[in-house]
Amino acid sequence: MLEVRNVTRIFGRRAAVDDISFSVEGPAFVGVIGRSGAGKSTFLRMMNRLTDASAGQILVEERDILALRGAARRQWQGECAMIFQQFNLVPRMDVVSNVLHGLLNRRSTLATMFNLWPRQDILRAIAILERLGIAEQAPKRAEALSGGQQQRVAIARALMQDPRIILADEPIASLDPMNAQVVMDTLKRINVEDGRMVIANLHTLDTARRYCDRVIGMRDGRIVFDGTPDQLSTGAARDIYGADDSFNEAATSTAIPADKAPDDAYAARMLA
Amino acid sequence: MVDTAFGPPRDPGTRQIESAYLELTRRRRMYGGILLILFVALMASGFRLAEARNAGGFVDGLPMLLSFPAEVLSEAWRNRANLPGMVLEHLPSLVETVNIAAVSTLLGGLAAMLLALLSTRGLARWPRLTPLFRRMMDATRAIPEIVIALMLIYILGGGPVPAVAAIALHTAGALGKLFSEVAENADPKPVEGLASVGAGWGQRMWLGVLPQVAPNWLSYGLMRFEINVRASAILGFVGSGGIGYDLKIAMQWGQGRYDEVVAIFLLLFVTIVAIDRLSDHARTRLVKGRNA
Repeated sequence: MLEVRNVTRIFGRRAAVDDISFSVEGPAFVGVIGRSGAGKSTFLRMMNRLTDASAGQILVEERDILALRGAARRQWQGECAMIFQQFNLVPRMDVVSNVLHGLLNRRSTLATMFNLWPRQDILRAIAILERLGIAEQAPKRAEALSGGQQQRVAIARALMQDPRIILADEPIASLDPMNAQVVMDTLKRINVEDGRMVIANLHTLDTARRYCDRVIGMRDGRIVFDGTPDQLSTGAARDIYGADDSFNEAATSTAIPADKAPDDAYAARMLA
Repeated sequence: MVDTAFGPPRDPGTRQIESAYLELTRRRRMYGGILLILFVALMASGFRLAEARNAGGFVDGLPMLLSFPAEVLSEAWRNRANLPGMVLEHLPSLVETVNIAAVSTLLGGLAAMLLALLSTRGLARWPRLTPLFRRMMDATRAIPEIVIALMLIYILGGGPVPAVAAIALHTAGALGKLFSEVAENADPKPVEGLASVGAGWGQRMWLGVLPQVAPNWLSYGLMRFEINVRASAILGFVGSGGIGYDLKIAMQWGQGRYDEVVAIFLLLFVTIVAIDRLSDHARTRLVKGRNA
């Protein structure tokens, strides 16, 4: 379904993405990991055509989407949703309007400028918000919502596009652990229930292990790991992040610990 | 029914949200429509009123709109050989005009910086006095600079000094308002950081606010410089010297001196373009650093 062939992006004299190739069959949940500056975001931005590639092809159902221009490119962007770290909603517009923006490629410029949407579109937007559990926020301004709620509005905008592929660029990097879990669960549900492919850049290994069917590790623009989450050993992670033996992923993990020894100790102290 | 197309809403709460939101959009559209009708009606009736009071007619006069510029340009084209000489001849008065504008922008700009910081919410030295400084700026903007210039010319006699005073006063008010709006959007965190080490008000403003607002203040200042070049040319009409005086003489002379008018306009145009380029350059330098 998705085939990436020798894609390269050069900024100045440095290759941000250096000749990467891989292919994905069927609606998988793919996690891309690597330290900052490894080229993860540049790759997702090239898939969405926000950034142009310097060389290579990305074939989606046999069509090279890197070669699209003008209206065809915008139509591809309409079919391939993107979710950002900082949500990228329009803060002063209400939640439903932000969700309706997912249809901008399919509606006329004049009608959308005056915010004139067909009744059915509005009802569908509210139905999507209900599915994500934030229908009661519908009339509020996007800026009035918490980070986790805003990210779910961004996911609703993505679903409004009815995309085959959803790209998520560090979707939980600005969220607290609780909201991060809600957002990741939502993405996984969309992946499993709707059969949409999700490609997510992630900055924590435990998230990648827990949600992904496949993990791609990038370092300095190249793919240095491609496998299932079980194959992602501490050694492999050290390779991806270029870390030495002092690397300990538990030190920066944002997962809520399953270990309840500290709780027991606290309870014992209180009872003593 | 729409409900059957999308499946019945699973939850009565959602149905309520749906109808409330649809009601909201209907109300918004209605207000928008009423505003649009009002706008069109006011424009149409206003136009008819203005047309009725006009000595000529708008539609009748329209074809003649270009006749004066055409006359000026055709005459200048006939005498195009004179243009370079005339440009050179008027260069000294252009320098005087630009000097008036530069000095008044500088003086007005400095006053504007102080007034802006004193009247910005959250940054003011004396928060209770912000309305006073704001009204002071309003007053300097309310009086047309030509009135101040005429008054000063009457007292001090003709020359560049009354023009500088008049323009600087207006600049202080106009730039002060813009500067204050920029400063209001500045990030308070660096200022708080400086306050935490015991910095005084002057230090906080100079080291915490100024670096943040400098690019915007500079481009507003240079934009004002442009406007002031034009203002100082206009003040030349009422006797403060510079290129405006030359322009007035040439225009009053009428036919036969139009080549001179065109030469003066060319000089003014080139000056404005030069300031615009300078502004672009200085701004990129400030925002991106020396290497940009």
